[in-house]
Parts: sequence; structure tokens; C-alpha cells
Amino acid sequence: MNSSPQKFEDLSPTGNFADGESLTVEEAIANLESADLGLRFYAAWWLGRFRVCEPAAVRRLIAALEDEADRTPEGGYPLRRNAARALGKLGDRQAVLPLIACLECSDIYVREAAAQSLEMLGDPVCIPALIELLQVGLQGEQLRSQPDLSQPYDAILEALGTLQATEFIPLVKPFLEHPIELVQYAAARAMYQLTQESVYGERLVKALGGEKLQLRRAVLADLGAIGYLPAADAIAKAFAENSLKLISLKGLLEHQVNNTATGTLSAGAIKIMNLMDSLL
Amino acid sequence: MNNSELAQILIRAVEEADSSERLLKAVQELAAAGIEEAVPTLIAALGYNNPGAAVAAVDGLIAIGEAAVSPLLQLIDDYNYGARAWAIRALAGIGDVRALDSLLEAAKTDFSLSVRRAAARGLGTLQWHQVPPEKLEFVQTQVLEALLLISQDSEWIVRYAAVTSLETLAIAVAVTLPDKSAQITNQLQQMLDTDADLGVRTRVRFAQQNVQQPQHQQAFAAKTKVEDAEVSR
Repeated sequence: MNSSPQKFEDLSPTGNFADGESLTVEEAIANLESADLGLRFYAAWWLGRFRVCEPAAVRRLIAALEDEADRTPEGGYPLRRNAARALGKLGDRQAVLPLIACLECSDIYVREAAAQSLEMLGDPVCIPALIELLQVGLQGEQLRSQPDLSQPYDAILEALGTLQATEFIPLVKPFLEHPIELVQYAAARAMYQLTQESVYGERLVKALGGEKLQLRRAVLADLGAIGYLPAADAIAKAFAENSLKLISLKGLLEHQVNNTATGTLSAGAIKIMNLMDSLL
Repeated sequence: MNNSELAQILIRAVEEADSSERLLKAVQELAAAGIEEAVPTLIAALGYNNPGAAVAAVDGLIAIGEAAVSPLLQLIDDYNYGARAWAIRALAGIGDVRALDSLLEAAKTDFSLSVRRAAARGLGTLQWHQVPPEKLEFVQTQVLEALLLISQDSEWIVRYAAVTSLETLAIAVAVTLPDKSAQITNQLQQMLDTDADLGVRTRVRFAQQNVQQPQHQQAFAAKTKVEDAEVSR
């Protein structure tokens, strides 16, 4: 879960994988060590997309986090980015320490992918390393007076929220005022997860009425991730694609079900399903 | 001003809108007017890549109803999958059985999951009373077969939509075709036991609840309406 648009890749009608090159699991794993850098890059994506959790895949993806062969003109590491993204989806905790090491990579997109995957893997051992990155944007417990743009703060904040890093609330909170709206939303999302205070959920609901479609899409994902029930009607009415609203509402629905002890459907769950039905 | 003059003014406002916000507002106004002449312009608005305007246009087309069906059916063949999904949504909302073949084909074979989703939903919202009685069993069997197939779609949202339609079909055939009704009950139970997605399984539970007690639901809905009316008074 993150606030960047590509989180919807699996959903977009053009993301139909039947169009892509078809691989077997064995081929994909072998391709990670191919001489052809393009094949390596594609194989790393493919292993994540199809959640190939085999030990050989995990081992080679971890090795790919230290790749030096595939570089962009700006010095970025495309294969490392894809490998880091894939490892989050595979759910193998062996990847945690290597991903923590990636938080020191010179490529911001590798750091972003690592933070997102560490969030998905859910191991709080990465919290101190995330906090260290977060502090680049802070002077004490305040934002730097010259806003810092050098770190993937949205991914870092979201990970801290999901990982329940409650002792660091004072370091998360200042980012509510960050000049980049996506970072503000990530902070609101994390603050809600850390405090369960509705003021932060409402901040996201308000952002659903914003002018930019791209930002409304991000907020839909945020609300789904935190399962904020009072947002249900606003989500259903937001000006955005129904697909994204449905995913957001599904997040609310699953949150309701997971937090209802008995076998019966709660009133909230029924309300959400009626809204979802109307968006199909 | 008569309807035709009003339509011309509202249509021109859509055509001349120069920002996404103006377009949204113009489409909303045209849709709200509910004039048949607006159909081509509303259909065009489905393809503008402006989700707000498309939602308004779909609502407008559904309100116009039957007169919009054949132009919408022509659009289904269009290359624009975004517009196609909205067109299927409009057809599903109208529920006209002339759309049946398009809905069946879209639900089973379209590559776009938003089209399959909308079509799956539409198969459950058909106006059964439009089908000649001697054909009803054949048509409902066709729809059931399609729903059983797409309730195994690889995308959770298509399976979710199929569940909503299995629910309405089960209620529609409960008395007339008890063996079909039993087939649906079995399918729902199997999905509850095996579907990988929590959202889909939850919708199945809701469907089972509604299929088991449709009478209670209706009585409850009627009661709620009375209460709403009392409150609004």
C-alpha cells in the first residue's frame, strides 16, 4: 500500500498480463541472471506480480538488490527497484534485512520501493531505519524551514503507520504540514493508524473533494488502507473511477469484517456492500 | 422555451466546455434535463475520460431509459474500452432485455475487467417481465450459465458482481425454477468455502442472507420506507 499511482497497476484495464510475455516460473527465476538486462528487469516484476514465493526466487531477488549492472543515465538502479517491489509482495521475511540496507541506496526510487515493501512485510525491526530517513526532513520535532524533498516521505510515513510505530508520533505529526499534498495525506493516514482519532480520517475525507484527480485517487487508496468507515458515502460520491472507489470500499469492508467478532454482518458492512453494489 | 430549444442550449454548453469542471457541470445539467435528444451527447460524454462527467451521463441515460438502448448497443462495438464500460453500466441500469446478448458476451469475454464487472451486474438487473413467458426459462438458464462461469473470474470485483446477480436471479427463480435456485445456493456456498477474497466471501454471506429471507427483506424495506416518509413529513 502506498500513495503512488502505480499501486493501481493490477487494476487498470491495460494492465492485462495476457498481453505481456508469458514465462514459466523456472524461466523467470533463471532470467534474473540473464545476460539481457531487459529480461532481468521484466523477470523481477513478473515474480512479484504472480507472487512466486519459491526460495530460489527470493534468494535471487535479494541478490538483485545489490545489482550494479543495470543503471539509468542518472545513476538509478532499475533492477534493484523492481526486486525491492517484488520482495514486498512475496512475503518472505528473509528480505527484511536486505531491504533495510536498501534504505541507504543512492536511488530514491529504490528507497521508496524498500519502504513500501518493508510496510508489506510488517516486521517492526525496520522502524529505527525508517525513522532515521524521516529525520532528514526534520529539525528536532519540526519540519525543516527549507522543505526537504530528498526522501520518499509518503512511503516512509505510510510504513510507520502500518507498523504501529506509536512511540514516534511526534516525528510523524509535523509532516501534516509538508508542502507536498501526497506527503500530507500519508501523514494523515499514518496519524489515524497510530491514534485512531477521527480528525485525521476527516482530513482525508476533505481531501477527496480536492481538485486534482491524481490526488483524489491517492486519497481513495489511503482511506481504504485505514478502513475509515465514516468515509463510505464520500468515497462512493467522489469524482473518480468506480474501480478505485470499489477497491477503497473493499478496504473499509474488510476492516469491518476483521473487527467484528461474531459471524453476523454488521450494519456498517451491509451499508458498504450496498454502496459497492451501486458502483459496479 | 420548448424541450428542443432547451436541449440545444444544454448540448452546446457540453460541446463548448473548456475545462473539466465546466464539462462536468454541463453534462450534469444536460443529464438532469432528461431529454431524449440529449442521448448522443450523453453517450459522447462517456468517452471524455472525465469520470465525474461519465457518472452524470450514465445517470442521465438510465433516466431516459428505453430510448437510449439502441444507441448504447451500437457503442458497445466501439474501440474505447473506457466508454464501453460506462455504456454497459448504463445498459445494466436500464435493464432492457434487448441488451442481453451484449451483456452475456461482455461478461464472458471482454478483456477489460471494468466491462466484465458492469456486464456481470447487468445480468442480475434485467427486467424479466419484458421476456415473453415461453422464453423466460431459456433466457434465465442462459444467464445462470454465464453467471456460474464468471463467478470464477480471476478478478475479485467481477466475482463480486457475479454474486450480486446470482442473488437477484435466485430470488427471481425461487418459485418458478426450484432446481436452478438450488444450483445458485450451491454455488454461493462453494464460493463461501473456497473464494480467496474476503470481500467476495462477505458479499456471498450477504447474498445468502438475502436469498434465504427475501420476504423479510421486502417487509423490512417497506417498513423502512414508511418510517422515512414519516420522518420527512
